Amino acid sequence: MCDSCGCNVTPGNKHLAYKPIQNGGSAVSILKKLLAHNDDQAVHNRAHFNMHGILVINLMSSPGSGKTALLEASIDALKHEFRLAVIEGDLETENDAARIRTHGVPAYQITTGSACHLDAHMVHEALHHLNLSEIDILFIENVGNLVCPASFDLGQHRNVTLLSVTEGDDKPAKYPVMFRAADAVVLSKIDLLSVLDDFDPAQAEHHLRQLASTAPLLSLSARKGQGMTVWLDWLRHELAAQRAHAQDGATARPHLQPNDTDVNIQTGFSS
Amino acid sequence: MPGIFMTKCCLSNRLRLMHELSVCQALVTQVIDIAQQNSAREVLTITLHIGPLSGVEPALLVNAFPLAAAGSVAASAQLVIEPQPLRVHCQTCGADTEATANRLLCGVCGDYHTQLISGDELLLANLELMS
Repeated sequence: MCDSCGCNVTPGNKHLAYKPIQNGGSAVSILKKLLAHNDDQAVHNRAHFNMHGILVINLMSSPGSGKTALLEASIDALKHEFRLAVIEGDLETENDAARIRTHGVPAYQITTGSACHLDAHMVHEALHHLNLSEIDILFIENVGNLVCPASFDLGQHRNVTLLSVTEGDDKPAKYPVMFRAADAVVLSKIDLLSVLDDFDPAQAEHHLRQLASTAPLLSLSARKGQGMTVWLDWLRHELAAQRAHAQDGATARPHLQPNDTDVNIQTGFSS
Repeated sequence: MPGIFMTKCCLSNRLRLMHELSVCQALVTQVIDIAQQNSAREVLTITLHIGPLSGVEPALLVNAFPLAAAGSVAASAQLVIEPQPLRVHCQTCGADTEATANRLLCGVCGDYHTQLISGDELLLANLELMS
């Protein structure tokens, strides 16, 4: 083998070529979260929110399960009670932010291009376009996707995941990372249950509990106004709890952030 | 790097890879910092601990890594992924048992009031550096 340029080293034999570690080599043990940079930004975002006594809800679901419709109905019901604002995440278009603005609340649209999720840095950038001192509840409508958004802490206080009855009732079993992260699961479009004979709400809850989730399952139809009271009361309760936390200098956090292991850096040299 | 430069791959696959690419970019940033702190001129191996509930697919991470690492001190590093077991602790009966990603119930009493002990890791565990 050529020792100077490593030209003989291929992916197949590289592990043989480099072991054992030669003089000058070292091993570093780290145990650091891969998304630590994002998580640091999320902690910063959350500190901003807490300073202003804002409750921040991260809405996640597959595309088309009714996140924007739920926001529109919630805004109409609550806009005289609380000061609301929305950050919208989509790959392209201002459509959702425009829909929200017609209901009389500020909305900022993040277009991610091809990125499949929002991250804490995108949300931080969006915060510069909102007046945080004039907001009680900030909704972040994440990119419609049941996979990636679950991995990125944005600085929110609660995760809400929607499951519409036009999807399969086994979605929690198919997307466990997403549904495990939910602090509340909204079963949406329940007015369509009467014409859909293949969606069983009890099965959906069964699959959710199989994930060891104790999150409340809130059944509603935003379009028909069914079940909205329980959802709105949940929001009121969470806002009161968040304000109590913030007054004590503590913070509400989603009950579960993926890989929330303490950051622990150890360095050891082997040679 | 199958999938990355394919023009006809379906949108969801491409989006999914974007996710792993984001994770890889975060990984490479951390690795470069640590290599600099240790005055390394090359990163030989990178070992990750990844659990089934991390939200990251190891095979896609391996595909995305060369793109994120290109031109950096980690460009020729070997990426080693050590899968982590899924284990839960039962708050009802106290048992620690193995579980699966969509069935996180206690293996002894079957209760769903369990806490994950292991299985959601997304950790940079260690590096081998050449100085």
